[in-house]
This record gives sequence, C-alpha cells and structure tokens, in this order.
Amino acid sequence: MKQQELEKVKEYKYGFTTDIESVKAPRGLSEEIIKFISKIKKEPKWMLDWRLKAYSRLKNIKEPNWQKPKYPKINYQDLYYYSAPKSTNEKPKSLDDVDPKLIETYKKLGIPLKEQEKLAGVAVDAVFDSVSVATTFKDKLTEKGIIFCPISEAIQKHPELVKKYLGSVIPITDHYFATLNSAVFTDGSFVYIPKNVRCPMELSTYFRINASETGQFERTLIIADKGSYVSYLEGCTAPMRDENQLHAANVELIALDDAEIKYSTVQNWYPGDENGKGGIYNFVTKRGACRGKNSKISWTQVETGSAITWKYPSCILQGDNSVGEFYSIAITNNHQKADTGTKMIHLGKNTKSKIISKGISAGKADNTYRGLVDINKKALNSRNYTQCDSLLMGNKCGAHTIPYIKNKNSSSIVEHEATTSKINEEQLYYCNQRGLNQEEAVGLIVNGFCKEVLQQLPMEFAVEAQKLVGISLEGSVG
Amino acid sequence: MLEIKNLKASINNKTILKGVSLSIKPGELHAIMGPNGSGKSTLANVLSGKDGYEIAGELNFKGESLKDVPVEKRAQKGIFLAFQYPLEIPGVNTNNFLKTSLNSLRKSKGEKELDSLAFLKLVKEKSSELGIDEKILSRQLNVGFSGGEKKKNEILQMKILDPNLSILDETDSGLDIDALKIVAKGVNSSRNSKKSFLVITHYQRLLDYIKPDFVHVLSDGKIIKTGCGELAEELEKTGYKKLN
Repeated sequence: MKQQELEKVKEYKYGFTTDIESVKAPRGLSEEIIKFISKIKKEPKWMLDWRLKAYSRLKNIKEPNWQKPKYPKINYQDLYYYSAPKSTNEKPKSLDDVDPKLIETYKKLGIPLKEQEKLAGVAVDAVFDSVSVATTFKDKLTEKGIIFCPISEAIQKHPELVKKYLGSVIPITDHYFATLNSAVFTDGSFVYIPKNVRCPMELSTYFRINASETGQFERTLIIADKGSYVSYLEGCTAPMRDENQLHAANVELIALDDAEIKYSTVQNWYPGDENGKGGIYNFVTKRGACRGKNSKISWTQVETGSAITWKYPSCILQGDNSVGEFYSIAITNNHQKADTGTKMIHLGKNTKSKIISKGISAGKADNTYRGLVDINKKALNSRNYTQCDSLLMGNKCGAHTIPYIKNKNSSSIVEHEATTSKINEEQLYYCNQRGLNQEEAVGLIVNGFCKEVLQQLPMEFAVEAQKLVGISLEGSVG
Repeated sequence: MLEIKNLKASINNKTILKGVSLSIKPGELHAIMGPNGSGKSTLANVLSGKDGYEIAGELNFKGESLKDVPVEKRAQKGIFLAFQYPLEIPGVNTNNFLKTSLNSLRKSKGEKELDSLAFLKLVKEKSSELGIDEKILSRQLNVGFSGGEKKKNEILQMKILDPNLSILDETDSGLDIDALKIVAKGVNSSRNSKKSFLVITHYQRLLDYIKPDFVHVLSDGKIIKTGCGELAEELEKTGYKKLN
C-alpha cells in the first residue's frame, strides 16, 4: 500500500455510535497492514519481526473446524485490523483530558471511570476499540513496583519483560486464531507483579467493541513474579450490532515460584437477536503457565454473551505442587452457542487441578463442555477433580459434556462427575407460591445452580454477575 | 375470606374435585379430612393457583375472583400454602429465599423492603418463638433437611410471611410429637380475628392440638359431611368408610 493511501486512511471518517472519529486501516490482512499497525504503535523492530513471523506462519495454517458450533466462513480480507478513537492521538494526561463523549459512552455502559477512581479501589485500563485511553491508579501501583499498562506501552518501556514472556505460553506457532492475534493484535493489558508483592487492589479492564466490522484482537500478558499475588478482572459489554464480529483475543498468564494469579471474566457481548441474527464470535485463547513450584492459577468465567463462545482457559502445571483451577458458568439462550471448557496439563509432581463447570441452556441454544485433563508420566501423585453440571430450560436446547482424560502414571487420581437436569416445574411453583414471579424464580434457582462458581468471583463482580445470570435468561420460561 | 362454590377440577381428563363448596370467614379455622385420593391435595393446589388443572365453578378470595390470577399474585394477595412435600432448591440459602419472598410480598403491597438487619431480627424473633433452631436457615433451602425440618421450615415461613389465609397440606404427616407441637404452636399463635386457616390432614391427631371451628370430610371429590370439632374424633373411631 502506498503511503498516501495510508494517510487517506488516517483521515477516514466513520460515524458510529459516538461521534468520535476513528482512525482506520483499510480492510484486509497483509504485510502492509501489519507494518502499519506496528508503525502507528511506534513499535521497535523486534516486535514487528515477531508479528511478521506469526503472519508468515498464519499463511500456512488453516482454521480449526472440530468445534461443535459451526459459523459462516469469515472473509479475513474483508475485516478491518486497526481502528482507534482519534482523540487519543494526543495521549490524555488524566481523565479530564479524555474526550467527554468517550466518558459518556462508558457511563452508558455502567462504567463510571471517575467514580471508580474514588470507589472500590479498582484500577481501570479501559479499552475503547483497540486503544487504551485511560489508566487510573497508576501511582498507587507504581509505589509497589507493579506495572499495569497498555501492552503497547509495555513494548516500549519494558521490552525485556515483554520479549521474555510474550508468546511463551501461547507460541506464535499455535492454532489459527492465536497466531492471527499474534500478527495483528492492537492493544490490551500488561501486568507485572514484582517478587513478594501482593497487589493491593483488583486490577480491571473493560473491553468494548464499538466500531462496526472491526475484528478485535486484544493481547493480555500477566506475569506474577516469585511469591506475588494478583487478582485480575475482565468485564465486557457491547452495543447492539447487526454484523457478526470476530473477537480473537489472547491472554497469557505466567506464575513463578509461590505466585498466584486469579483471573475472572464476565463476558456479556452482544449475543445476536432472538432469531440468531448478528452477535459476536468470541474465539479467545487463554492460557496460563504455573511455571514455578507451588504456584497457582485460577480461572473464573461467567460467559453470558456472544453468538458463539469458543474458548478453553487452560493451565500448564509445570512447577511441582502447582495448582490449576477452572470455574465456569456458560449461559446460552435463544440461538447462542458455546463450546467451552479447559485444559489442565499436569507436568510437575503433586500438581492439582479442579474444574467446576456449570452450563445453562435455554431457548434453542446449544452448550458444550469440552475439557482435557492430561496427567503426564512424570507428574507423580497428581490429582484432578472435575464436576460438570448442565441445566436445561425448555425442550429445544442442548447440553453436551465431552471430557478427555489422559492419566499416564498410576500414582495419580482423576475424578469426573457430571449431571444433567431440567429446571424443575415444581421448584418454580414453590417459588411462585412464595410470591416470586417467574423471572425472579428462575433467577433464584439458576443462581443457586451456579453458586459454587459465583462464590469464586470478587465481591463487586459477584453482584453484577448474579444480576446478569437473571437478565440473560429473561423470557426463557413461561 | 374464601368463598368456593361448586368447584370442579380435573387434570389429564380425570375429574378430581366434583363440586366443592366451602366458605371460610376471617378468624375461622377449617379442617379438611378424608381418605387417600379424595382430592385434598388437589384442593390445596387449585386454591394456590397451580397450573395444569381444568377449573370450573367459583373461587373468590377477599371478595375478588381468583380466576386467571397466577400463583405469585395469589401469594401476594395473602394466600400461603404449606407444602406437603416442600421442594429442595440446591445452592439457594434459606434465609436469602425467605428474604426475597418477604420483600416481593411487601413490594406488591407498596411497603418498604426490609433490609438484612431488620429481616434477621424478624427471623430470630419468630424462630425462637416457635423453638426452631435458626441454623436450618443458613442451610440450602430444604436440601438435606429431615421430613420434620422441612415441615418446621414451612411453618416458620408462614409465620414470617404472615398471610391472611394459610393452607396446610398434610403438614402433620410423618411428624414426631415434638415437631407436631411446633406446627400446632405456629398455627395457634397466629390465630386471630383476621386470619383464616384451612388445615388438611389425614389424622385426627393434629386436631388434638389445633382446635378447628369446622371439620369437613372430603370423599371422592366432594364434601360429604361438615361438622364441628367433634366430627374429627368420631371419624377417628369409625373411619371414613361408614360415611360413604
């Protein structure tokens, strides 16, 4: 692409929900586009080379197609790979410098940045489209030596950390969507917790998809150094959109000796309308490495949105005595589809993993738990406990449980429990008789069903999630 | 309070209630007795508004027809049913359930919702009044409760929700004498000139502790005899067969 075309692109005006003008790269995937993204991000050469390596790999691999929910073929040349709110060309020094319209949009989404600064002690690295626009609580974190910033900033300011860890859990040679992300990721969060530091607050990022037809490729990297602890919250909402939108994020977690990372997600992207039109494709790769001894990684997810959710937050238990946990609620209603679960790869001795999955299907939705427990030869005395419960509402939905279990040594123990039940009319009647209407009754019963997972969420998230569980199933009974 | 005229109910084309008429005034306690399969539980279900029945006849509560009024609206109007087999709802804390329930009733009456503190105070008061261990309230709703605990829980809910009309569907079945006394205490301590009760039972035993104003014998979907308290004692001696 010629330089003047790129210039033209920078001027490209595109009216969307808010009046902020987007800087957009033209449609399509090419080396030029990757160079454009890298340039606009002012990246060093090693980063561009890394992206291009991923891109050349991408050309030789195909999209996986073993998943249960099928989707129409994506034309990758028809997507936009970069767009940014124009007002961030000059970086805001504080929240006051942020475009008021942007703040307005966040408010509509229930993310009062300003109030959050005062309340709750949550630091927010907000992602609007693909560029981080505001980071709060930086000072407090800096005091402890914690780095919490957009990954684009980390690439410039902390190249040694990024070089060492980026792609060390999800290599650029991984599957199609992960490799695509490596080539074209635009922004995301970077967290580094130094040795023996306990992060004093929950770190939180709100993602939002705004520009139409823009694939979102976030990249998150969290490193917990020896003896440290961090809890990270990821919450997502999206406005109504008709076109299908691809979201292929990569999240990498690294826990060194005696470190612990807790990663919680509430995902509520646009699921499409009642007839299955529109909605987000949520094809996300999340993987954590318990690299050090006695380390722990815990994933908690509440997946209520998206037309298709296809993700397996996983733990590679390398360090001896390391622990991996996966707590999941996946709710599908109307025409939504989910194929989600986890992979627990036991490599170190005495490693433990626990999987609690709650799948809820309503309407014409289809919900699959797919999980792998792989206990290696050398992972002596390891343990896994898996519990998969499915709840069906109505008679047009589906629930499936597909566990893969590999135990390669005789000193390890694997347990798997699974149940499938239908929401009980008598239970609803009982609740109705106590004055609760149908929606309240369903919310109560489903929240009870999900309790073990909801309990894992940090307090302020748990309340939000409980409400979301009820809202997601509205109109599914009676 | 409750006016039933020639009430008929059928389910799956089978007629269970074949014309029941009953009038319960404020302050009255009526007992319904009858053999298995006579339609006692169906009557309780139909009064509460449970789905699935074909209904004919008149059903009025506080002077208003209950026709097409759904279960939760009837509950909000002040009808309470103590279930014969209270349902287990895993993961739902009993206290939380009760608070949600009480507040939705209060909301429907335009009253202020109770906060947790005020609610817990109310629960403490009512449970100690009945001699019920509060601990069951911090457990999951009816999950792993013994038969007696479930019934006691129903009575405690009745006390807390404070309905105008309480229907007890064989609440005494399967109870030991101590639990039976708690149930009786729950009813007796609630009786006043404004509250009405419909107590459904198999046995006269409960009526040793709860003195009914009227006793009705339901048999094959019809009330075949009505009398005062003594009728129950008579039935205990002679059985239902003689009445047919």
